[in-house]
This record gives sequence, structure tokens and C-alpha cells, in this order.
Amino acid sequence: MTESGTAIEVAGLVKAFGRTRALDGLDLSVDVGEVHGFLGPNGAGKSTTIRILLGLLRSDGGTARLLGGDPWRDAAQLHRRLAYVPGDVALWPNLTGGEVIDLLGRLRGGLNARRRAELLERFELDPTKKGRAYSKGNRQKVALVAALASDVELLILDEPTSGLDPLMEEAFRECITAERSSGRTVLLSSHILSEVEALCDRVSIIRDGRTVESGSLPELRHLTRTSIDAELSRPADGIGALPGVHGFTEEGGRVRFQVDSDRLDAVLAALAGAGVRSLTSQPPTLEELFLRHYARAEQ
Amino acid sequence: MTGTWQLVRLALRRDRVMLPAWIAIFAISAASSASTAAGLYPSLPSRIEAAQASNNTPALVALYGLVYDPSSIGALAVLKLTGLGAALVGILAITVVVRHTRAEEETGRLELLGATVLGRYAGLTAALLLAVAGNAVIGVSTALGMTGAGMPVAGSVAFGAGWAGVGLAFGTVAAATAQLATGARAASGFAMATLGAAYLLRAAGDASSAHWLSWLSPVGWAQQLHPYAHERWWVAALFPAFVLVTATAAYALAGRRDLGAGLLPDRPGPAHASRALSGPYGLAWRLQRASFLGWAASFAVLGGVLGGVVSSADRLLDSEQAREAINRLGGGQPDLINAFLAADLSIAGVVAAAFGVQATLRLRAEETGQRAEPVLATATGRLRWTASHLVVALAGTAALMMVAGVAAGLSLGAAQHDLSRFGGVLAAAAVQLPAAWVLVGVALLAFGLVPRASVAGWVALVIVMVVGEFGTLLGLSQWVLDISPYAHLPRLPGGAVSVPPLALLLAIAAALLAAGLTAFRRRDLTT
Repeated sequence: MTESGTAIEVAGLVKAFGRTRALDGLDLSVDVGEVHGFLGPNGAGKSTTIRILLGLLRSDGGTARLLGGDPWRDAAQLHRRLAYVPGDVALWPNLTGGEVIDLLGRLRGGLNARRRAELLERFELDPTKKGRAYSKGNRQKVALVAALASDVELLILDEPTSGLDPLMEEAFRECITAERSSGRTVLLSSHILSEVEALCDRVSIIRDGRTVESGSLPELRHLTRTSIDAELSRPADGIGALPGVHGFTEEGGRVRFQVDSDRLDAVLAALAGAGVRSLTSQPPTLEELFLRHYARAEQ
Repeated sequence: MTGTWQLVRLALRRDRVMLPAWIAIFAISAASSASTAAGLYPSLPSRIEAAQASNNTPALVALYGLVYDPSSIGALAVLKLTGLGAALVGILAITVVVRHTRAEEETGRLELLGATVLGRYAGLTAALLLAVAGNAVIGVSTALGMTGAGMPVAGSVAFGAGWAGVGLAFGTVAAATAQLATGARAASGFAMATLGAAYLLRAAGDASSAHWLSWLSPVGWAQQLHPYAHERWWVAALFPAFVLVTATAAYALAGRRDLGAGLLPDRPGPAHASRALSGPYGLAWRLQRASFLGWAASFAVLGGVLGGVVSSADRLLDSEQAREAINRLGGGQPDLINAFLAADLSIAGVVAAAFGVQATLRLRAEETGQRAEPVLATATGRLRWTASHLVVALAGTAALMMVAGVAAGLSLGAAQHDLSRFGGVLAAAAVQLPAAWVLVGVALLAFGLVPRASVAGWVALVIVMVVGEFGTLLGLSQWVLDISPYAHLPRLPGGAVSVPPLALLLAIAAALLAAGLTAFRRRDLTT
């Protein structure tokens, strides 16, 4: 464990490939013992950040600290304390899955044999097949078993469930929940929002190589909007102009709009003043927040 | 078959450099060999003497075949090329066909294309069309090259047809084995083993009284065409017949299997890694073991044949011109056996460097295949990971030269009933290593400094090969010849050993390796 209580501390990270700036001042802070969601549209710089944290790429600017060390200079020592699952797992075609799991474990400095057996059973993975015979999902399972069976402080997972079926996804969630309760730190890059909502204590959303939101899930929910659909007995004078109201439409006494969560109180009071006959409200979802950020990336 | 034409165009686009380069190398080496022969054997008696000496040496007959017309300069010129050259064309055809069939399936790229409008047999058909076209071009350009070098037209056509026929025959064999095996390496392996068996069949048939054995082998057919020795054209008809049967088999096999699957099931392997597979060195050895053992077997055969041939060198090449040619190729001494050994072990030294370059560039293959990443994300530092493959490259070249030296020394000793030359042969094999390691160093520097141009390791090897083999024959000036590290080695056995050039080569190799390692430690991983 590091003294500061921070497992990963990244500030102002910059990485350019030729003329494209893959990272443009990215910040990321992961506390010891938390599961941290790392989100962003394709090409936002998630994998680049992870590769810099693993010392596979060298940053062009900013600072990065990993488990209290320099990810580039102290790479080999730091890697004893972490396990990594890449997004696209490539295996040696003529090595069996079991051999790869043992090899990666030994290269990391040890493997828990009992855990290895448990995980193989849980993920229903046949360890005697050759690397070329595995499907994408099974290749991913090989890397997951190798990572989860290692006794390490930090797990770095780059879209680890992208090839798994729903049943296996569920098994993965149970594993991560168990990891969290045993005090391990997890950096989880993901596209699956339900997974992030179910597993993560805090999330960072990045876009175009910058961090656009970061915080705990309740904090982020606070940033989202509630959808309101109401029938009013009197004209809804001025509600559309209230601060925090978006996308206001009115049609024969029926109003529809979204409202920022921190303005909800004032808006509800105004609605009550206009005589509410019926009201449906949709609770804020992270999905909406992500879509807002993702959509902006595409413009 | 829908989409075949697009696949052919895609394949041509991917091979637009490799294929023409190989075809040119084949045509040029055939033509240059033909023009060299004319200088080697200027008179009729010298030809007859050389041809008879060769036909009476079983080791040479097994390796190259027979000279069917001792008076024909063409027959003598293509002795080494008809069988051995054809086998090399076969290797190229196997490589190309597997590259565009099973390798595409293994990487999953064919699946991407297979989901588009693409017939079930399109991939196979495209690869076969490519093999037909490529081998036709090799045949035609070789025939033209030989004619241009002053050889008779009819013999040149027969010779080119033999090469094209063998190439196409083993291209279709590869098309069939690609349906059987699930891995590209295994598919090439089966096809190469078939080629090896075919070569051994004709070796046994030519060197023994059971001549019919040679007729079982497509490589034998290329020789039975008798290029430059009263051509027997009807033999050429055997090739299309063989190709038709093998291609039909390939289509039948393709129709019986799923995409990505093979007819031979992948056998399950161990569920746990053995103790040997626990560190980067264990992994590197495991990944390169099969390739190294294959190379070692070829070096053992090569060394054994070399020792057997050399023992009759006095009879074989006892003409003023031949002596001069051997000396120019790197012998440079009065004892003809020693001159022959020095020249051939020098060639073996360059070939061993090819293994070294291949083993070194495995680093790049692991990097682009994204298999370096998971290893480097463990406690394995970049230095150890690089060193693991480098040790295979450096120690592997050394082991190969020792294998060749021991085999050559023993077979020479057996032929002469005298092992007194054994130590000298071994020393001559060992002395090649500093030069081979310089080439390994060039490959590593390219990998570390400009990973996308790692092929520079191969380019350096080809330059050294061309300069060393053809430099003096082409009349290149001394400073060009001195580019090759092999030019600075002592001419062993027999010559004087001077330490400074060897020490300098070792220092250069060490400097290149250190620079390559340093550069790799500083750069990003790329794909």
C-alpha cells in the first residue's frame, strides 16, 4: 500500500502520436481500495493512458505516479504489484491456455493455485486448448484468470468483458465485487454502463484526451437531469424560462422537459403553482450523462 | 467463387514487394550461375572430367542429382539448380499459398472478408491463381534469363518449366495442407515435410540403383526433363496431372470443413505450464525451439554432405579455373580440400546468420502480434525480454555452426579414414561467429531504433550474401567487398589466424547490440 492512499495519480498527461494528440492534459486519480471506472468514447485515450501507466509508452508531458513509483522508470518493480488485462488479448498460438495462465503468473512473481482452479471453474474455461483454438471471449478469460489469480494490489482492466457472454459477465462482476471487499484497487475501463454503475465507487469520463467529469456516482448523478412529463390545469407561464430547465415543450396543457437535478425543487414548486393533474418523472441515469458527453465528442 | 478476383488483387497488393523481389532473385541467380559455369569449364575435356567426377561422388549425386550429358555446358551449369533451386521455388510457393489461406483464417481476417459477398472457395481459388501466376512468371523469367546468359533456348525452356512445375506442385500441396491443419505454421510444416520427403526420394533414386524412386518425386521430374541434355518434353505433362489431383483434393477438403477449423483436430495440451516455462528465457526458447531444431537438422545434413563432397575435392575440381574460382569465393590457399572447406563454411556462416536475424526479429513479430505487451506488463523488464530472444539468436547461431562443423569434420574423417582435420574444421566453423553476430547486431539495432524498418536486418544479410558470393565475380572494388564482415575473417582451415580483426568484429557486434538494447528501452511499443 502506498502511504498517500492514492494508487494512481495522473496530472496533465500529454501524449502525441505524430501530429495527433492522443492525450491532451488528462487527469486521473484512483484511491487505494476503490474500483474506479474509466469511461470514454472510442479513441478518447483510455488505452493510451493505460499503456503509459504500464510503462509501454512514454508520456510527452504531465506527471504520472503509479503505486508511489514512476511508471516508466520503475516499470518492472511496479509490475510485481499489479496485473493487467488488455482489451484485445493475443495468445501464443501453440501454447495452451493453462500454460499461458501459469507463465503470466510466474512472470508476475507467483500465482495462487487454489484461486486458479476456482476461477477456471467459475469461467468454465478449458485450460488444455491451444491459444489459436480459443474464441475472443475465451482468450479474454485466459487473461482474466491469470490476472485475478495473482496476488497483487492493483488490477488494470481494459474493457475486460467486451467478448464475454452475459453469464460470464455476471461471473466477472462477482469476482470484482469480491476483489473490492478484499481491499484491492481496480482501474476498470469499460463501455458497459450497467457494469460501471454496479461495480464502481468513482468514475472518470474522458473525451479527446481530457478528463471531462470525475467523481463518485452520487456526485455524477447530481450532474444529470430528471425528465418531467406533466399535465397542468393552468398555462405553464414561465416554467420554460426557469434556470436549469432544458428542452421545454408544451402541447395542450401537457409539458415535457428535463431539469438539472439541483434545480428540481424550484421547478416542482412552479409546477405545483400551475395545478398538476398528473406527473411522471424519470430518475436521472448515468447513461444520459455519458450520451451527453459522447455525443459532444462526435460533433 | 464470388469475390475471387478481389482477393487476388488484395493478395497482389500485399505481396507487391516480396513476390517480385523473390522472382528476380531466382531468375538472376540462375542466369548468373549459367554465365559463371562457362568461365569455369572452358574446354570440353574439363567439362567431361568435372561431370564424371560429380556423377561418381554419391554425396554430390544425392544432394544435386546427375549430369545427364557430360559434354553439355548447360547440363553442368544447372546441376545444382535443377533440383535444389526447384526445391527453393517450392518453399516460396508454400509460403505464399499458406500466407493467403490458412494464415488469413488464423488471424481472423478471412472471417472479416468472409462475411462480405465471398464464396466458400474464393480464398483457396485466389491463392491457387496467385501460385499459378507467380510460378509462370518465375518459369518465363528464368528461361529468358538463361537464354540471355547464352544458353540454348530449348534447354532454358525445359529448365524454367521444371522450376515452375515444382513450384506449382508444392503450392497446391500447401493449399491441401492448409485445409488439414488449424495453424499456419503447422500447414507450412506439413507442406515443407512433403517437399523434404520428395527431395529425399529423388536423392535415394539418383544415388542408388532404384532409379524409379526419383519418378515418385516432383523434384525428380524437373531433373528427368533433362534440360540441356536432349530434353524429354513428355515429362512436363506429369506436373499438370499432379497439380490437378492435388488441387481437386484441396477443394474436396475445403468443402468438408468450417471456416477456421481444420480436418486434423487440435490435440489438447497440458493444463499446466512445465517448470521450464517460467521465465522470459523459458518462453523465448519454447517459441523458437521448433524452428531451431529444424535449422539444426538441416545444418547437420549440410555439414555431413559437405564433408563427404570435400573429401573428393581434388578429383572434382582439379582444374586451374576451378581452383581459381574456389579461391575467389573465399578459399585462398594451396590445399584444395582446405580451400573448399573454407569457402563452404563461410557460406554456412552466412546462412547461420539468417537464423540469427530471424530469431532476433521474432522480437518484432511478438511486438506487432501484441504478445509482447502482456509479458512487459509483468515484472519482466525490457532488457530481460529482449535478452531472452537475443540469447536464442546468439547461442543458436553458435550451436548451428558447431553442428555443421562436427558433422562436416566427422563425415570428412569417415571418408578419409583419418580424423586429423576434425579440429581444423571445427575452428573454421567457429571463426564465422563474430561476423554472424554483427548481422544479429544490425537486426537488433533496426528493431530498437526504427521498429517499422526491422526488415533492415534481412536487407543487411542479403547485401552481405550478394557481396560475398558474387562480389569478386562481378568485379566490385575492394572497399565494397570489405563491407561484408565475413571478408575480414581468417581463411580457416589452413590460413593464419590474426586476432585483431576478430576482436574488432566482436566489438562491433557488442556495440550494435548495446545500441539496439538502449534504443529499445527508450522507445514506445508500436504495432
